[in-house]
Amino acid sequence: MLIREIQTLVSKEIRLELKQKYVINGIMLYLISTIFVTFLAFENAITPETWNSLFWIILLFVAVNGISKSFIQESPARHIYYYTVASPQAIVLSKILYNLFLMALLSGLSFLFFILMMGDPVANLPLFLLALLLGSMGLSSVLTMVAAIASRASQNFSLMAILSFPIILPFLGTLMKISQGAITLSGWEGTASFIVILLTINLSVILLAVILFPYLWKD
Amino acid sequence: MIKGLWWKITTCLLLLYAVIGGFLIDVPESIIGETMRNLFFHVGMWFGMLAMLVTGFIYSLRYLRNFDEKKDVVAVEAVNVGLLFGFLGVITGMTWANFTWGAPWVKDPKLNGAAVGLFIYLAYMILRGSIPDIHKRAKVGAVYNIFAFVLWIVFVMILPRLSGESIHPGRDNSPVLPMHLDPPMRIVFYPAMAGWVLLGFWIMEIRVRMKKLRNHLEDDAPINDKT
Repeated sequence: MLIREIQTLVSKEIRLELKQKYVINGIMLYLISTIFVTFLAFENAITPETWNSLFWIILLFVAVNGISKSFIQESPARHIYYYTVASPQAIVLSKILYNLFLMALLSGLSFLFFILMMGDPVANLPLFLLALLLGSMGLSSVLTMVAAIASRASQNFSLMAILSFPIILPFLGTLMKISQGAITLSGWEGTASFIVILLTINLSVILLAVILFPYLWKD
Repeated sequence: MIKGLWWKITTCLLLLYAVIGGFLIDVPESIIGETMRNLFFHVGMWFGMLAMLVTGFIYSLRYLRNFDEKKDVVAVEAVNVGLLFGFLGVITGMTWANFTWGAPWVKDPKLNGAAVGLFIYLAYMILRGSIPDIHKRAKVGAVYNIFAFVLWIVFVMILPRLSGESIHPGRDNSPVLPMHLDPPMRIVFYPAMAGWVLLGFWIMEIRVRMKKLRNHLEDDAPINDKT
């Protein structure tokens, strides 16, 4: 029942996105032009450490931009309609899942453009791709929940940033450690504990979202 | 809320003891010298903040259970006092750090955890300020408070242990951990910590009462002194 609802809602999100292509195109252009500006801002070659930090910071800004629209794109009347036909758990899980797809796409694109413009320092590609996937999961789950909170208040965008930056930090810090590992070492040693932490944070965020979202939903 | 006068008198006595004892007892010889006495104040700020934020978290949970406005008032005021303790903790920490490490702020998981905590709860206050409707404000605030608290605890409790590069004392066998404290320091340390935590509850209680009176003056609702 819940799975069916989520399936329907995710396909609705995808169809909505494809119908208004300018939104996703806008985010992609934002991503690419930010990377280009960064490329121009650094005169000389970038060290692998700087590469890593820049990569995640740019991705964070893109994620905040891309996900902040999750709950304000559609009209409040439409939300009331969803409220009558779907369970709040299905709504929040479908948003998280959809944003996970979006973030996986954007982080992949970002990785490609970073390689194109600033070289490829990654030594352990599978580990880096795993970091991208875990990062997409974390960014989508935390930011979807924050977007839901921020959508209930006015002056949405700046609020989205100040609410999400401090709580995404533990996640981002761990993520940077893993990807730094993928850049400097070709092996997997020392990364297992960080992967476990990321998975734990991810699961607890999703659990909290499922528990807390119904309170945000009802007016 | 805790009834009676006894715990307020206890708070006064404990803190008097902490201040007098903290400045007069002999501290053991170490490289940080007399600044060791900051332990009674700086660590107390941290415990006070933690107690307040846990109280805020619990009251936010209780608010979501029956949407009782009074629970929300307690949650906000607990966070307010927590922020006060947080800022004092950062200030006492910075003066101490300036002496022992040579700089008021260094890159360290524990310090970052404290800073992130302040950012989270300042953002909480801004979130609340940006929602005019009181019921919606209380509900959204409670959800954010619960969400942020859990993630913050994960950040503060787990990450420094894993990255294992903290120069801030509080783990392993550093000399200022309570278990390794000199016995004469311990007899001041524990009462001081209890005193600061109780002071936090006291300030919070006064703030809750002020808020109730203000609400009463604003909309003539009956005052109900039971929380």
